[in-house]
Amino acid sequence: MLKKISSIPFAGTPEQEAELKAVIAKHIDDPGAVMPVLQEAQDIYGYLPQEVQTMIAEGLNVPLEEVYGVSTFYSQFALSPKGKYNISVCMGTACYVKGSGDVLNKLSEELGIGAEECTLDGKFSLTACRCIGACGLAPVITINDDVYGRLTADMIPDILAKYKD
Amino acid sequence: MYRSNVLVCGGTGCTSSDSLKIVEKLKEEIAARGLEKEVNVITTGCFGLCALGPIVVIYPEGSFYSMVKLEDIPEIVEEHLLKGRIVTRLLYQETVEEDTIKSLNKTAFYAKQQRIALRNCGVIDPEKIDEYIAMDGYAALGKVLTEMTPTEVIETILASGLRGRGGAGFPTGLKWKFAAANDADQKYVCCNADEGDPGAFMDRSILEGDPHALLEAMAIAGYAIGATKGYVYVRAEYPIAVNRLQIAIDQAHEYGLLGDNIFGTDFCFDIQLRLGAGAFVCGEETSLMTSIEGKRGEPRPRPPFPAVKGLYKKPTILNNVETYANIPRIILLGADWFNTIGTEKSKGTKVFALGGKIEHTGLVEVPMGTTLREIVEEIGGGIPNGKKFKAAQTGGPSGGCIPPQHLDIPIDYDNLLAIGSMMGSGGLIVMDETTCMVDIAKFFLEFTVDESCGKCTPCRIGTKRLLEMLDKITKGQGTLEMIDEMEELCHYIKDNSLCGLGQTAPNPVLSTLHYFRDEYVQHVVDKKCVAGVCKDLLEFSIIKDKCFGCSMCARQCPAGAITVTDYTAPGKKKPAYEIDTAKCVKCGACLPTCKFGAIVKG
Repeated sequence: MLKKISSIPFAGTPEQEAELKAVIAKHIDDPGAVMPVLQEAQDIYGYLPQEVQTMIAEGLNVPLEEVYGVSTFYSQFALSPKGKYNISVCMGTACYVKGSGDVLNKLSEELGIGAEECTLDGKFSLTACRCIGACGLAPVITINDDVYGRLTADMIPDILAKYKD
Repeated sequence: MYRSNVLVCGGTGCTSSDSLKIVEKLKEEIAARGLEKEVNVITTGCFGLCALGPIVVIYPEGSFYSMVKLEDIPEIVEEHLLKGRIVTRLLYQETVEEDTIKSLNKTAFYAKQQRIALRNCGVIDPEKIDEYIAMDGYAALGKVLTEMTPTEVIETILASGLRGRGGAGFPTGLKWKFAAANDADQKYVCCNADEGDPGAFMDRSILEGDPHALLEAMAIAGYAIGATKGYVYVRAEYPIAVNRLQIAIDQAHEYGLLGDNIFGTDFCFDIQLRLGAGAFVCGEETSLMTSIEGKRGEPRPRPPFPAVKGLYKKPTILNNVETYANIPRIILLGADWFNTIGTEKSKGTKVFALGGKIEHTGLVEVPMGTTLREIVEEIGGGIPNGKKFKAAQTGGPSGGCIPPQHLDIPIDYDNLLAIGSMMGSGGLIVMDETTCMVDIAKFFLEFTVDESCGKCTPCRIGTKRLLEMLDKITKGQGTLEMIDEMEELCHYIKDNSLCGLGQTAPNPVLSTLHYFRDEYVQHVVDKKCVAGVCKDLLEFSIIKDKCFGCSMCARQCPAGAITVTDYTAPGKKKPAYEIDTAKCVKCGACLPTCKFGAIVKG
């Protein structure tokens, strides 16, 4: 999968760095530490910019190439930051046959961004995600932790309005 | 002792529609009436009828409240729990028969089901080990450790005829036997809970509803092959499942059912969780093991098979969640019991995740050999809105589409393969006449192109070329030769790819080509998409005799393609409008504006 790499400058804080170093120290002796460390690093920073990957590579004493290889292999790892509200559109089969493609197009039209992009004000990001397993509610989107199901494209503007504070 | 038990579904489907808030509200209302010592509220796993969520079931009456809203709770508590009057209005209407209430198990959705893997889902609280133990939990592990030799365990599983529920249907007992036969200082038992098939959620429901069954089965497998360590590779996208699994592991440790000297024997077994990070190829066994090692989850050639060299190059067995969920029952009730269920070559039951254009979306577990018609029409309640059945898709991106003429085939591993599909993990997506089969083939190819790991050329480049051709066909740029070329390429990819993902990736194209070739030809020759899905092939037009000339559509058109004509239909006051197909961008914005049904697409 091709990943969008962020051009937004890195803005990590010393607190975040200390947290990451603690995570690295916790895992340094585990075989196969790269994945769990990347997962926890993403929880700390929200995404995995090159600076963070470099710190992980140096901390775990593995080549940066290997860290980058893993971070680009799995769809869960994000190389660009997420918006304040991250909208995930489920593109599983059950949602797709019930019109999630239309829902994604409508979101993209309303927000003016494509899938895997973030609005310029950093408010919304849009992701086309794999099945989240709520097939009974198809088609489904999630906005951060809120779940919206049984959607049609014309319900999108009202839903977005709730987040335009 | 409680006089009433209120079961609320806490599976992903129902929690997405706020069932956890319903639990809070129930507790609040029950406390407000001082009933907390008489009425118990339990959060359970999935009931299966996800379409009707959130679900609340009250025992001993067995009243099945469906699509419950927060504002219904005070009434349910006041009327049902306090005064003993069932709120018939809020019940799942199929359980209401004039004045009496039917048992849930007699409704069309449950009557034909037989629950083995899902037996505890929606029955027990998955976060309490005592409830699992009360349902004979860990009795099978106890029996194995104190009464059986590892060889006897393997013989039992072999005799039961249990086959892998994750896809290809390899005999589970055989896998165990191979791994047991290899001597090594360390062996591993792994569980594939990475359920990557979009549209399948049976493994998640078992993890959420009955996590101890998995742990017990893995420990049994560990004893059988001589392993002391297990890994569950579970999707990070399933937060509830991950959380409940961790709770279950901790509780099992506390009770001495995992860890050192289990049941006072010298058998030691420990289980760790590993979170997947979203890669479909990690459902392939060698990829999954590479991923547990923390690397890019790329497959490697077999042999050596994992039973010889698997995780960290040690003998390893890998089974799927649903396969494991059958193990404790087989040990307790015997191989002969399991043998009585199912068909000659496929024993036991299979869980299907019913989804798509079907009335009762949800999880169903039926004996092998049940026909597709029984699943779709009887259990699933048929297709909504009076539409016609067009195809059922099984096996996800590795499977195929089953057309109406095969609705009566008994479903088992071999029959599905014979008609060009496969069991896969059990996703079953129903499609009606508004689904375009070329578009569906394209949807799955987009998925596999995205998920191809890139290691081998046939899959990496072959699927990409296949997708390009499909894309051209949906845009009306296809040729008849292209269809033949596609078919040839499909066979090439199947024969030459390294792993299961590549070898099965062309199946959606091959099966739709086989059963729905006419539709491909229509896209190519007539430049038409009868299902009305492929945008580039759509044409919008106005039936002039139905047009009142209100101009609503013309005002909505972003391309200025709708203009007024000089024709006024009989009985109308204003002249009709028409669409200039050369200017039309096929956005469909005009369609909902017409109140007279004068605009048609096709």
